[in-house]
Amino acid sequence: MSALTVFYTGLFYFATLVFIGGVAYRIYEYSRTPAPLKIPTTPAPTTGSGVALRMAREVVLFESLFKSNKWIWIFGWMFHFGLLLVLLRHIRYFQEPVWFWVEFIQPFGMYASFMMVAGLAGLWARRFLVDRVRYISTPSDHLMLALLIGIGISGMMMTFVTHTDIVALKAFMRGLMYFDWQPLPGDAVLLAHLTMVALLMIIFPVSKLLHAPGIFFSPSRNQVDNPREHRHIAPWAAALEKDRA
Amino acid sequence: MAAPKFEVPKFQDNAVLDIPKIQEGAMSHMKSFVAGQAAQEYLGYPWELGEDWKERAIERMGEVLQKYRSVRVFLDACVHCGACTDKCHYYLGTADPKNMPVARQELMRKVYRRYFTFGGKYFPWLVGAEDLTQEVLEDWYNYYHECSECRRCSVFCPYGIDTAEITMAGREILNYVGMGQKYSNEILAKVQKIGNNLGLPGPALEDTLAGLEEDIEADIGVPVKLPLDVKGAEILLVTPSADFFSEPHVESLIGYAKVFHAAGVSWTLSSHASEAGNFGLFNGNYEMMRNVAMRIRDAALELGVKRIIVGECGHAWRVAYSYWNTLTGIGYGGDDPYAQMLQKQLDSRYPQPMHICEYTWDLIQQGVLKFDKSKNDHRVITFHDSCNVARASRMGNEPGGQFTIPRNIIRAVANNFYDMDADTIGESTYCCGGGGGLLTDDLMEVRVKGALPRMNAYNSVAQANGVNFLALICAICKAQFTKVFPYYGFDMSMVGGVHQLVSTAIELD
Ligand code: HEM
Ligand code: HEM
Ligand code: SF4
Ligand code: SF4
Repeated sequence: MSALTVFYTGLFYFATLVFIGGVAYRIYEYSRTPAPLKIPTTPAPTTGSGVALRMAREVVLFESLFKSNKWIWIFGWMFHFGLLLVLLRHIRYFQEPVWFWVEFIQPFGMYASFMMVAGLAGLWARRFLVDRVRYISTPSDHLMLALLIGIGISGMMMTFVTHTDIVALKAFMRGLMYFDWQPLPGDAVLLAHLTMVALLMIIFPVSKLLHAPGIFFSPSRNQVDNPREHRHIAPWAAALEKDRA
Repeated sequence: MAAPKFEVPKFQDNAVLDIPKIQEGAMSHMKSFVAGQAAQEYLGYPWELGEDWKERAIERMGEVLQKYRSVRVFLDACVHCGACTDKCHYYLGTADPKNMPVARQELMRKVYRRYFTFGGKYFPWLVGAEDLTQEVLEDWYNYYHECSECRRCSVFCPYGIDTAEITMAGREILNYVGMGQKYSNEILAKVQKIGNNLGLPGPALEDTLAGLEEDIEADIGVPVKLPLDVKGAEILLVTPSADFFSEPHVESLIGYAKVFHAAGVSWTLSSHASEAGNFGLFNGNYEMMRNVAMRIRDAALELGVKRIIVGECGHAWRVAYSYWNTLTGIGYGGDDPYAQMLQKQLDSRYPQPMHICEYTWDLIQQGVLKFDKSKNDHRVITFHDSCNVARASRMGNEPGGQFTIPRNIIRAVANNFYDMDADTIGESTYCCGGGGGLLTDDLMEVRVKGALPRMNAYNSVAQANGVNFLALICAICKAQFTKVFPYYGFDMSMVGGVHQLVSTAIELD
């Protein structure tokens, strides 16, 4: 095996470990931390299914963002929906045979990359053009957008300009999954793409990308509005009850 | 009114304000008085920064992160998208960028990052992490007392990040290192020592109520009573102490009494629980909020009442509706001994606690109350949704009942009603500018400027529809607007309670 293959094999195992382990740990931490008080932002649903629906609207449609800022909403939604299609399209590198619907979305996925990058560019522009957003932007906010645009553009280069050896790449990827390591094609654009993807996976659990799992744990969005009917009490707060009784 | 030492903002033609360009440091001079030894000591906090204040602050932050999922998730999840930046009335009124919700959170987030996250520990410059210095602590003090914890930002954030939760955590840490706020902490000491925020002792309360009874009878010729500490009464009314002798609050108290009189129900106030307000909420200290709330449970058990009804007060209703069950067992579903006792005693046909507006609206629907609406004809009314009622509680059985029920009452007792611009009411309502422990003269500039978005929308309906009365359901809103209206060229008599309107129109025999 070439040094290149060894390096990327190691990198991807490391990145996957950090990504899965890190996100799992964060989710564990969030779920373990109690929410001692009822704080849904009202008006809020009064049933569990209502809350599931509210959450679905937030995750799929970005409902609150739609209420608050149409520009961020449109760019943000283009980016995320584009990203979703692109990622679904990528499933084909990891399975054999490929599911029917993954085949089906291939052409859409290709063009979704434009939507994704355009959305990212719009979001980035706001960080320069809107004084309030400029004020709150940190270097990491800019770098995160640069990284995602970098991934997007290098991917699009491969799709539309300099094709890479997909068959060999797929063998490499499946080799990683089944511990049967295969050589990685060495073209620069692919390596750049993969390096940036690994970096994204590594920073995921220690960055603002935690908004993705975080939204599901947001007490202002995931609580049912029923405090008069059901007593809500955290374990550490229930312990106070014992002290007093 | 003394001439203001600052410039009062100008109205704009549109009901919804233009977004100002940021002006760094515009409000950095604003610092409310710091609490002295007496109040801090009573609450169990230090009163000056010790040698080890920094370690203590970080330690407290760690504890808060363990106890409150909200704080942990909110500090991690923000993507700096900027959607909340123009949603805070204090930003709109002052243009100080640290009054943008995300920037207010960032004051704490940068410290959280530095001491609790990988990125901040090793690459602080990259992620905007910063050491906790005295300067940062001063910023916390200033800007966590320029937030009324109104939750407007939470409505508009894609993850529901509620800056109020961060502000509360910030104030708790500040208290813990010895930088409490004078106004809130003195009130917290008073309510726990004497039973209400105004420090009004039992005998004085008795006199006040007797005086009011005489006034009412002289006025309408009907002996409407304001009973105090009556054991075995059906209803316990818990109301903000301002209702007992501030104007226009007292007019609403008279309104509640008339409603109870018309319903022919036995009711009582309690000298032990002579305060619905609970400033424990504002400071983010669960134990203290619980202690203050316990007075209600004690009074309810002591008096043996069947129902608990809460008067017009925004944050008090939030605590009552959302937290009393959690804190004290007033409500359903609790299984500790006190909760069991309460459930046995309280009438399970009704929600517990109930808002006075829910109660009055029920009676109106049953046809129990009679009104002469024309008695309110000199008023052209609009209604201000109080932030804590709008975004942190509910009335009635349906989500959004907190918006419809008070309006239904107003329409039932008066002929002229106009809503303010849709973007400034309901869940998007602007805070009055004086909530969350900011209702103190040393913060007058913040209060006046923070009231701008609301005042501007009010001015629009005043110009367009001749509105001359702002109906409220909150003691803090009432006090705030009576103070702030004159700054904007309106008369303070244009401010009053929903039950003041009920009181004007109700027919008693
Ligand atoms: C449950 C899944 C997710 C939801 C509901 C979600 C939602 C959002 C929302 C509402 C925003 C703010 C608006 C915007 O700037 O677009 C946002 C921002 C962002 N999201 Fe997500 N997201 C999710 C997953 C992801 C994933 C998997 C990634 C990364 C690969 C990601 C990367 C980002 C980035 C970088 C931003 C900030 C954009 C900027 O700098 O303005 N998101 N997300
Ligand atoms: C191990 C993970 C990944 C591998 C092996 C991989 C590989 C590839 C390859 C080979 C292409 C070219 C497709 C073609 O020629 O038709 C591509 C395109 C692309 N990739 Fe990736 N990629 C990975 C992860 C990602 C991630 C995480 C993102 C987004 C954040 C991404 C974004 C894109 C985009 C936008 C395109 C262009 C549009 C398309 O063909 O779908 N890739 N990727
Ligand atoms: S809670 Fe209200 S006052 Fe505080 S930052 Fe949010 S909008 Fe502003
Ligand atoms: S809207 Fe929410 S995620 Fe966006 S900047 Fe404000 S707090 Fe952060």
